[in-house]
Amino acid sequence: MTVAPKREDYDVVVIGAGPAGLAAAATSAEAGLSTLLLDENIGPGGQVFRAISSTPVTDRNQLGADYWVGADLVQSLRASNAEVIHRATVWSLDRNLDIAVSIGGASAFVKARRVILATGALERPFPIPGWTLPGVMTAGAAQTMLKSSALVPDGRTVIAGQGPLLWLLAAQILRLGGRLDRILDTTERGNYFAALPHAFAFLTSPYFTKGLSMMREVKAKVQVVSGVTELAAAGDGQLASVSYVAGGKREIIPADLLLLHQGVVPNVNLAMAAGVEHRWDDLQLCWSPVLDASGNSSVSGIAIAGDGAGIGGANAAVVRGRIAARAAVEALAPAAAAKLPAMATLRSDLAKAERGRLFLDTLFRPAPQFRIPSGDTIVCRCEEVTAKDVLDSVAIGATGPNQLKAYRRTGMGPCQGRLCGLTVTELMAQARGKTPQEIGYYRLRAPVKPITLAELAAVPKSEADIKAVVRG
Amino acid sequence: MFKRSEQDKRPQVQIFVDGVAVAARQGDTVSAALLASGQDARRSTAVSGAPRLPYCMMGVCFDCLVTIDGVGNRQGCLVPVAEGMQIEIQKGKREIGK
Repeated sequence: MTVAPKREDYDVVVIGAGPAGLAAAATSAEAGLSTLLLDENIGPGGQVFRAISSTPVTDRNQLGADYWVGADLVQSLRASNAEVIHRATVWSLDRNLDIAVSIGGASAFVKARRVILATGALERPFPIPGWTLPGVMTAGAAQTMLKSSALVPDGRTVIAGQGPLLWLLAAQILRLGGRLDRILDTTERGNYFAALPHAFAFLTSPYFTKGLSMMREVKAKVQVVSGVTELAAAGDGQLASVSYVAGGKREIIPADLLLLHQGVVPNVNLAMAAGVEHRWDDLQLCWSPVLDASGNSSVSGIAIAGDGAGIGGANAAVVRGRIAARAAVEALAPAAAAKLPAMATLRSDLAKAERGRLFLDTLFRPAPQFRIPSGDTIVCRCEEVTAKDVLDSVAIGATGPNQLKAYRRTGMGPCQGRLCGLTVTELMAQARGKTPQEIGYYRLRAPVKPITLAELAAVPKSEADIKAVVRG
Repeated sequence: MFKRSEQDKRPQVQIFVDGVAVAARQGDTVSAALLASGQDARRSTAVSGAPRLPYCMMGVCFDCLVTIDGVGNRQGCLVPVAEGMQIEIQKGKREIGK
């Protein structure tokens, strides 16, 4: 069943089959470039179009028209000559554009002339007391189960946080007959004023009417508490209750499932490990790669498209995928670029898709108390390191995330910092009176996903490889 | 915690969780099947032994680690179920030989 790449060299290797990756691979292959699309999931779609080719949710209205757009992208990809491998975990990419990928427990190696990283986003860590308890999950996790397996919450369910995805998920759960007891909205009141100057672009963007009708649909059926300023999950080995403060008043409600969401952030691990320069984004409060207008990064030959290039949403991701692919075609086969939509057209598509983003980013900028925890709240889920542990380490000399590893092993567990990195950076920055940019991030290296030593040992070796390590 | 929607017409796939037969559906990931099973699927962490269930379901948090067909530390959210698959809820760290 395991499928290895058919060739050793490709013109373009695209990593990730979400909106950006699907669009990039189809564009590149249509222009005649040898194209390989590697993706970790079972099927195409990434997160936003998850299970687009296999979802058991057949009533199209339940997932919404924005979801089914993904089917057209998959159609174009399948009509192209791109080679596609799923359940393929890329664990190394370097500045020579050599790629190592684990497929079915065996590693294969390919070389690209151009790499388009479309590794997308992940949900921002939401480190509240009790967030590691069974029964606490991300909103995206519930949405993944809903799309790919038509599973919906049926115990006492609370959704907490902020952002467009939260309302979309709530609407989808209700449409599929799932249970939703309460929504705790953590949007800061001040954000509404801060976002006001950007409101015009938003009001004239497609997000506005869709968002409004979805919120109405949800509010008609579920109690929504706004202005939530404190949030904690509690229980003995299993979530039992959620406590929150809104308008200065504390409430504790029994719960079996708590779904958390405060936006998404770029999934930077592979790009950073490849040496791509990133900078702290003060608005989106995350690391974003430094890119030119075509998505080219600081590493020659590596472009980044989609939410991994900075959060822009699915529509922008598709266009960024096309832009990055067109740039690759212009570089490798300029004559073939004539077949593709002009760069100017794509750039104007992108501007349209990004309309309203500034408003959303400002309105849904997560509050400090939900990003920078204190006391016994766990920061690093893998190594079970608390905020107090991190601050104690700073007090005795830990200067940044990389030093902190030696003190506490933060970021050294299997998730490799994906669930604690931003929290550690912001927590240490605050404690040391520095900016996140000054504090920096974990130094990431391959393998960016754990692989077994047995898999590495099974890699074909040359005489020279063996001589390099064997004595005598 | 989760229930299946009635419109789900996918064929059943039988898997075994710590030896007990569980009805999953074709296309479920191991983690989704475990969460839908109604069984106690909590693993325990390698560091403190604290109970956990999957958190992200998209391959980034590693809280879904599980032993599948004798191989430990698999990300259950990335592996589709297969007929007769043997799942063990992983208690603590991966064991040698698994």
